[in-house]
Amino acid sequence: MIWQALTLQLGYNATLVTIGAMLIGIAAGVTGTFLFLRKRALVSDAISHATLPGVGLAFIVMVALGGDGRNLAGLLIGSALTAAAGLACVQWLTLRTRLAEDSAIGAVLSVFFGFGVVLLTVIQTMESGRQAGLDGLLLGSTAGMLLSDAILIAVGGAVTLALTLLWRRPMILVAFDPDFAAASGLNIRLVDFATMALVMAVTVIGLKIVGLILIVALLIIPPVTARFWTDDTAHVWQLSGVVGGLSGFVGAAISASAPDLPTGPIIVLTSFALFTLSLFLAPNRGVMAAILRHVQFQRRVHLRQGLLALAQSQPIFERYTVKLLEREGLARADGVATDSGRARAAKALRDEKRWEVLRALPDQEATAALYDGLREIETVVTRDQLAEIDALIPQPAGVPS
Amino acid sequence: MAPVTLVAENGQTEPENLDHSPLAIRGMTVSYGQKPVVFSVDATIQEGSMTAIIGPNGAGKSTLLKAALGILRPLSGHVSVFGRPLATQRHRIAYVPQRASVDWDFPTTVLDVVLMGLSRELGLVGWIKGHHKSRAIECLTRVGMEDFADRQIGQLSGGQQQRVFLARALAQGADLYLLDEPFAGVDAATEKAIIAVLKTLKEQGKTVVAVHHDLATVADYFDRVFLLNTRKIAEGTVAEAFTAKTLNAAYGGRLATAQIDQLTLTG
Repeated sequence: MIWQALTLQLGYNATLVTIGAMLIGIAAGVTGTFLFLRKRALVSDAISHATLPGVGLAFIVMVALGGDGRNLAGLLIGSALTAAAGLACVQWLTLRTRLAEDSAIGAVLSVFFGFGVVLLTVIQTMESGRQAGLDGLLLGSTAGMLLSDAILIAVGGAVTLALTLLWRRPMILVAFDPDFAAASGLNIRLVDFATMALVMAVTVIGLKIVGLILIVALLIIPPVTARFWTDDTAHVWQLSGVVGGLSGFVGAAISASAPDLPTGPIIVLTSFALFTLSLFLAPNRGVMAAILRHVQFQRRVHLRQGLLALAQSQPIFERYTVKLLEREGLARADGVATDSGRARAAKALRDEKRWEVLRALPDQEATAALYDGLREIETVVTRDQLAEIDALIPQPAGVPS
Repeated sequence: MAPVTLVAENGQTEPENLDHSPLAIRGMTVSYGQKPVVFSVDATIQEGSMTAIIGPNGAGKSTLLKAALGILRPLSGHVSVFGRPLATQRHRIAYVPQRASVDWDFPTTVLDVVLMGLSRELGLVGWIKGHHKSRAIECLTRVGMEDFADRQIGQLSGGQQQRVFLARALAQGADLYLLDEPFAGVDAATEKAIIAVLKTLKEQGKTVVAVHHDLATVADYFDRVFLLNTRKIAEGTVAEAFTAKTLNAAYGGRLATAQIDQLTLTG
């Protein structure tokens, strides 16, 4: 079943949803990157929750005008209007009152969502509202997708993506260094407004498939996942688009492969799986890499300490240190140094004395600051400097040149 | 000779010709809430000069700079750049913000940061071409950072970060350079490298204005001084404006008389 879903062989409706989810994933991943870089990811939560009253109001208005309340374009326009109102409230509260942005987001999010739930309840009691299926917009649904809906989503996603890429340079500049951006003549508020408008567009377009509660995850998880793998801005948004698209595609396929699997949650769980993989496996920023680095670092520290202890004939109390020295062939199991151990130990002690001299030289302040007990002195001073230093210390016997 | 104005003494500044000043500020007041941080300040930066903006902590030095650039909205005040409105002269201004004002874990490389200095020129859709990159590399070379072009900015030391910021400003190819504490928390070698670059700019006829903290180096590094403590205290050449009297007026009891004597000996 899943294989068929992934290869788009589950029929017309499932195929439409899967491709639509992929497009939404790409658009959300790329657009969300700029929100993430601006460190305002949570604003998307306020935006998405503020779409709900718009959906309800649009339904009521469309029915009152004698139309079909379920018309997707109409519902999306309504949701965009209240999302914009919610965003305006957050902005106003943050700029004009002493509320911090997180409090403003919390307040706006819950009030708008509460209002939306009340409206949906009202609609349930309406004659035409019973089969409205508006609650499908909460968690996303694959059921009953029309070709016109799919086209709307595809075109909307493509336009949003194109605008995001067009605006990427000012958005990056403002996210990295707003003061510099302002000094070079950019209107910060306008750029931020554009970012928010794009996020709002993605949210609204994603309502049908992902649902308003979980679209936030699709805006945030892909850029965070991408950040694990790269330090380059362009690579972050590109990879984020890939992660978002992949999550949308695989998640929608999985949810289509079994009855009653909600689309949004499965898409989010898929992106979470990619996030978890990155969290552990990514080089440099991943957890495993950090653990590995720590272990290697600890090893170097113990080895150095062990050598210095050997050189000064001090007892070594740490079993780990003795084991390391033994494994490297520098000492016997009882802690007595081997020949090569003695040579390395003598060098370690001499380097320590060299550092001591270096750190006392007034004009070597910057170099001396590099001392951390581990760094090889040959890597920070030139050969002639080293000779000068060596002239100041007695040369011990047994140090290999 | 440029006029020196001691606001504390005569209570008003002399009218000056603004036509040629790279940066002329008139009646600038900036406040956070109800508390003015900069109050009714006039400043006339001389073309081709190196001016240090000095004053005690919280005197409004950075604030004055930011308000002059429109980064902060002043409560009142007029700014003209090369005798014209600021908005029309942005391309002639380069700005180096405080190093600590940005997140250095931001996913970007040294070269990309320097390329940000070309963003006005590139516009919204301009492609970054080879000659843009070679210009950015050239700017990195001027600050001794060409080997670091592909590094992630988080791997740099404080001094290296400051050099990258300076390289970005150089890439802007401006006539007026405004720097906010360029020597804060950098190593001695970087300080030397930065001041060498700034002096070269001055030799090329550019104008340099820097918020500066270290009174001991004022006379060595700069030829003019703007002394600020919420209000303007003094403005003029180092010999005119960096005196025991003006320093006392700006710093009050925070500087011992012996210290002031030592500082102004060189001036």
